Amino acid sequence: MQQQTLHISTSPHLTQGVSVEVIMRNVVLAMLPTALFSVYAFGWNAALVLITAVGSCVLTEHVLCRLANKRSTVSDWSAIITGLLLGLTLPPIFPLWMTFLGGVIAIGMGKFLFGGLGYNVFNPALVGRAVLQGAFPVAITTWYTGFSVNRFSTLNSSVLTAPFMEPIVDGISGATPLSAFKFDGVTTDTADLALGLVSGSAGETCSILILLGGAYLVLRNFMNWKIPVSILTTVFVFSGILYWINPSQYPSPLFMLFSGGLMLGAVFMASDMVASPITTWGVILYGVVIGVLVVVIRIWGGLPEGVMYAILLGNALSPHIDRLIRYRVYGTSLKSTDI
Amino acid sequence: MMAMLKLHGHTFKHGIHPPENKEETNGLPIRQFSFAPLIILPVAQHIGVPSKIVIREGQEVVRGQILAEADGYLSVPLHAPVSGTVRKIANVPTISGKMTTGIYLEPFPSSTQETLEGNPIDVDLASPEEILQGVQDAGIVGLGGAAFPTHAKLKIPEGKHCDTLIINGIECEPYLTTDHRVMLEQPEDILLGIKYLMKATGARRTIIGIEENKQDAADFLRGLLNDNAPISVEVVPVKYPQGAEKMLITVLLGKEVPSGGLPIDVHAVVVNVATTAEIGRLLPHGRGIQERVITITGPGVRKKGNYLIPIGTPLRYVLEQVGVDESISEVYMGGPMMGVAVANLDISIVKGTSGIVVFGKKQVNQASQVYPCIKCGACVDACPLSLNPSKLGILAKFESYDKMAEEYHLMDCFECGSCSYVCPSHIPLVQYFRLSKSIIRKRKVVA
Repeated sequence: MQQQTLHISTSPHLTQGVSVEVIMRNVVLAMLPTALFSVYAFGWNAALVLITAVGSCVLTEHVLCRLANKRSTVSDWSAIITGLLLGLTLPPIFPLWMTFLGGVIAIGMGKFLFGGLGYNVFNPALVGRAVLQGAFPVAITTWYTGFSVNRFSTLNSSVLTAPFMEPIVDGISGATPLSAFKFDGVTTDTADLALGLVSGSAGETCSILILLGGAYLVLRNFMNWKIPVSILTTVFVFSGILYWINPSQYPSPLFMLFSGGLMLGAVFMASDMVASPITTWGVILYGVVIGVLVVVIRIWGGLPEGVMYAILLGNALSPHIDRLIRYRVYGTSLKSTDI
Repeated sequence: MMAMLKLHGHTFKHGIHPPENKEETNGLPIRQFSFAPLIILPVAQHIGVPSKIVIREGQEVVRGQILAEADGYLSVPLHAPVSGTVRKIANVPTISGKMTTGIYLEPFPSSTQETLEGNPIDVDLASPEEILQGVQDAGIVGLGGAAFPTHAKLKIPEGKHCDTLIINGIECEPYLTTDHRVMLEQPEDILLGIKYLMKATGARRTIIGIEENKQDAADFLRGLLNDNAPISVEVVPVKYPQGAEKMLITVLLGKEVPSGGLPIDVHAVVVNVATTAEIGRLLPHGRGIQERVITITGPGVRKKGNYLIPIGTPLRYVLEQVGVDESISEVYMGGPMMGVAVANLDISIVKGTSGIVVFGKKQVNQASQVYPCIKCGACVDACPLSLNPSKLGILAKFESYDKMAEEYHLMDCFECGSCSYVCPSHIPLVQYFRLSKSIIRKRKVVA
């Protein structure tokens, strides 16, 4: 045997072969049906919003990495997820310059400021959206009726609003099911909600495709199914109790479940691994907190929709949940801090 | 989960299922290995005090003769694996990279398998103390890989008692099949070994734990047992790291060993099945341990198999005999989950070597990129002790060693590697923990 170069590594010498990049790529894949549906429903407007959001996030990530003299982390696909999520939560005719700004804020403030991938306290896309909601309250609640005949022939003037200008609201904007309920007391048919035949943010309308993407991630073991299940169950039960008490005042639990951004938020945003707790009971508590907040904000709050704030608050709580709820270590007795 | 509960009363939490890769060698009978032209025997082959050399350079020794005697209680003697001439006593390389004192023994050209024998221990007549002494005199250490002197493990501390003797035939490391073959080929030795062990520990019953991928061995051993013998064979579902003492106790007895405690705290003693066979084989003749069964396998090996190899055989000689590919890249002693990568082929087979696994370039995951922890929780759901490797990894980066030990129970970690195995960020968690533990231990010594 000749002289040979032997590699030395520490045990274990086997790995499962899953990498962060693989997980992130699959999350993008799982969101694609939802993204394609939003283009189908809202035309080029939504396509431009999504492309701008993704482009802005990727560009911001790359530029910030370079400015910090670090290797660009664009290739881990996480910036693409943030961009897609941001785009999907915006109205389909949201002005592109605002979308771009949202992407810069999402990555810059929501992610990079905390230390990049793995260190963000909040879901970066929601940070971006929260800032946009505060800055442009009118534009972000200007909706667009889906499936209009000219959606692939003309662009809505709002999309192309010149930078630093507010869009001019035209007459075709349709109310979302939640605002219709909140301000006019009108509920929408559940089947229409599930199939996405309503107006809303670009990617929140078709619950079925969102659930399909979530199911794929769960099957591939890339998502903790307990998070969406815990949130959705809480919303269903809590709003179900209210509905049972007074059906004329409160919406049906099915309406609550399938309307607004709940599905998108529960499946793709609250499940962000970085910003959610780690243990089974921790995750369930996190889901319950988010679910209760969604119902409280929607029913008693001033806004028609509360998913974004509910998840952001859940994110803020999750490090504390992890501190409080831990697995009992083998061979130790149950302490007050352990569950 | 439900299927597991039905099959068997208990399981331990979490754990992983790496590919087993045992089928290439589990059907191959144990074959005797030839003597190398030079045998190299380090005196520190076990945990504890190294053996004290009692021969001199140039001396001719007989197979089975004591070359180095036990130096105190936590030590065992070292026997000549072959008749020959002591060429020199000098530093020899070991797997850890450290040099240690060792004996270079050149076998006589016509060496036979004949062996010098010492004091036979009769299992029916000997007292527990005499059996423990016999185990120590035979130089027996844990052959599963830990190499802890077996007599010290069998000694029941004052005020404690042993109810159950557990024979560990789990062999949960992928690739390795030595325990499997020993169970199929040395059943009498195992049963006799159990007799010695039960007498030494005072245990009233014995459970032989075997994973379901070795059903043939379990059926075979079961067939040999008397109906009224206090020995049972339990077959358990495959899960890594079931062969760890604590996990096996939980699986078989449904109890948890207290954090920082030993199996005896739950009235159990766990002994590896190959160690048990060796006790049954050596003690009736008063012999010392001279060779052991080793699985040599991995994609880079031509003649894979289970071999009975003399202690002290140089690794280079072993690999030459079985033939390895040109493109070998990593060689491990032990299994791929907990084994140690070899830096130098001039080290030799020691008592604790349970396997040699050779990987080619393809299998070695070179320069896999390390990402930041994304808190996916895969490690938390893999750790058999329910530790939080994710948090521990972050704390290690901040050098918060006290917090790791006190609040997050780092010292319980036995480095099974489950966390690193599942980590999608490829963070070398086990390495972090190994380092942190050694720093904490050193601090304790200083303080």
